Amino acid sequence: MEAVKAEGLTVVYGRLKALDEVSFTIPSGSMTAVIGPNGSGKSTLLKTLIGLVKPAAGSFKVLGSTIDKMRGKVAYVPQREEVYWEYPLTVWDVVALGRIKAVGPLRPVRKGDRVVSQSLERAGIESLQSRRLSELSGGQQQRIFLARAMAQEADLYLMDEPLTGIDAEAEDRLLDILSDLRKEGKTIVMTTHDLSSTLELFDNVLVLKNRLIAFGRPEEALKTENLVQAYGSERVAMHLSDVRRVAGWR
Amino acid sequence: MIEFLIEPLTYEFMRTALATAVVVGLTASTLSVFVVLRGWSLLGDAISHSVLPGLAFSAAFNLPLTLGGAVAGVVASLLVALVESRSRVRNDTAIGIVLTGAFALGLVIISRIRPTVDVFHILFGNVLGVSPQDLLLTAALGFVVILLISLFMKEIIAFTFDPLFTYVVGLPTNLIHYSLMIMMSLTIIAALQTVGIVLVISLLVAPGATAQLFARTLGQMLLVSLTVGVFSSVAGLYLSYYFAVSSGGAIALTATLVFFSAMMLKRR
Ligand SMILES: Nc1ncnc2c1ncn2[C@@H]1O[C@H](COP(=O)(O)OP(=O)(O)OP(=O)(O)O)[C@@H](O)[C@H]1O
Ligand SMILES: [Mg+2]
Repeated sequence: MEAVKAEGLTVVYGRLKALDEVSFTIPSGSMTAVIGPNGSGKSTLLKTLIGLVKPAAGSFKVLGSTIDKMRGKVAYVPQREEVYWEYPLTVWDVVALGRIKAVGPLRPVRKGDRVVSQSLERAGIESLQSRRLSELSGGQQQRIFLARAMAQEADLYLMDEPLTGIDAEAEDRLLDILSDLRKEGKTIVMTTHDLSSTLELFDNVLVLKNRLIAFGRPEEALKTENLVQAYGSERVAMHLSDVRRVAGWR
Repeated sequence: MIEFLIEPLTYEFMRTALATAVVVGLTASTLSVFVVLRGWSLLGDAISHSVLPGLAFSAAFNLPLTLGGAVAGVVASLLVALVESRSRVRNDTAIGIVLTGAFALGLVIISRIRPTVDVFHILFGNVLGVSPQDLLLTAALGFVVILLISLFMKEIIAFTFDPLFTYVVGLPTNLIHYSLMIMMSLTIIAALQTVGIVLVISLLVAPGATAQLFARTLGQMLLVSLTVGVFSSVAGLYLSYYFAVSSGGAIALTATLVFFSAMMLKRR
């Protein structure tokens, strides 16, 4: 089954076309990286897929249905969390919010909830669980939102630049977690500016420059001509060919 | 001291006033926690001022005041959202425009219909004039608000902490948002006679703000907020009785002083 199917997706902000007839199909149980320069519509694409931004034309399906029917089965971690960091919640409290739909109204999330403790553990933050939100580093904060998304037990994970601003170890850790999720049949779509060998871990790469430049296996999508089209610069393309050499694709 | 506290209660009107003050303190300070955490202090001010045209309109057409006030409160919050999304102005600007516009409309309607009620009392409260029926209405409104908040605490926390996430997991965010707006309007109407619509914001902000200085968890924050809210309303009531000053003024002033004292205490 396909996790995401977009057909002629077009999004406009006023007179600006942020997405221009973008079509692609992402199979379930796969990991996709969305790359493209600043302003190329990466965040817009994710926001459209969760139903936050309405397309001006075209259509899309997530998990084989409309987003309205599948809400809750789709997790989203935005580029920047815009929450009030002084809100008096502990790490556990925030992760437990992921269970809010599953537990249902009129009942609290139990302190011993297994899904919450597993999510904390998988994200490697069980030792932080009684810390207050305001007492965490940026990288730690980000992992909490990943844990919350996992507690949601979603089938599709949309993550906007989760690798930005975290150290190499945290990056490895995050990519491990995502690979595990993929093994369980979950689908992961994330945007990134990291044009390094990391991309080889993905099943597909989607190259965006408001319109779709390429979509396919990393070695296909990352061909020099595609990158020059997206980034408009030989220099980036050169850099990328380095990456290709390191990754041994040639 | 005991004598000082008991003596006023020999009067029927003071017993009613005290009960009303306690109910208003409890209701407003419960909501206050979320108003402060969501950053809705200004929005609360806009809603409270917008209740005026609603009340005036209801009075003019003999409709229930509660209904008119609640509708006006929600319309105000809708207008703020509309101004914000349709123009490039920031939230505080949108609020400033709606607040003054609504309040002006209220004054215009009132000056035209010349209601029997004293406008001064609507604006600044007059808890000593509360009738037993008023107390009943206040208690009913307070009960509804506190019940809703306790039943849907988890959803309200989720929404006030992270509305985008609440939307993504598939909760009805609009329903939660506008229920909170309605609850704010109902609290304002419940507090109408105690502090009046101009001063009610003090009870919607000061208790939660004071609580935030000390509390480490949300439970603690609710507890401190409730204590501050009830203390301010009751202390204000006594001050108003003994010094023959405006009850709304005394209550709002107490709440403000409690906040500043707490802030000084915290700094040391
Ligand atoms: N809410 C908005 N209103 C108007 N224009 C917007 C809005 N959001 C994005 N845009 C515009 O749409 C285009 C795509 O933006 P988007 O945020 O999707 O880019 P991006 O690929 O995520 O960029 P970045 O790498 O900087 O995160 C940009 O030109 C941006 O200016
Ligand atoms: Mg972006």
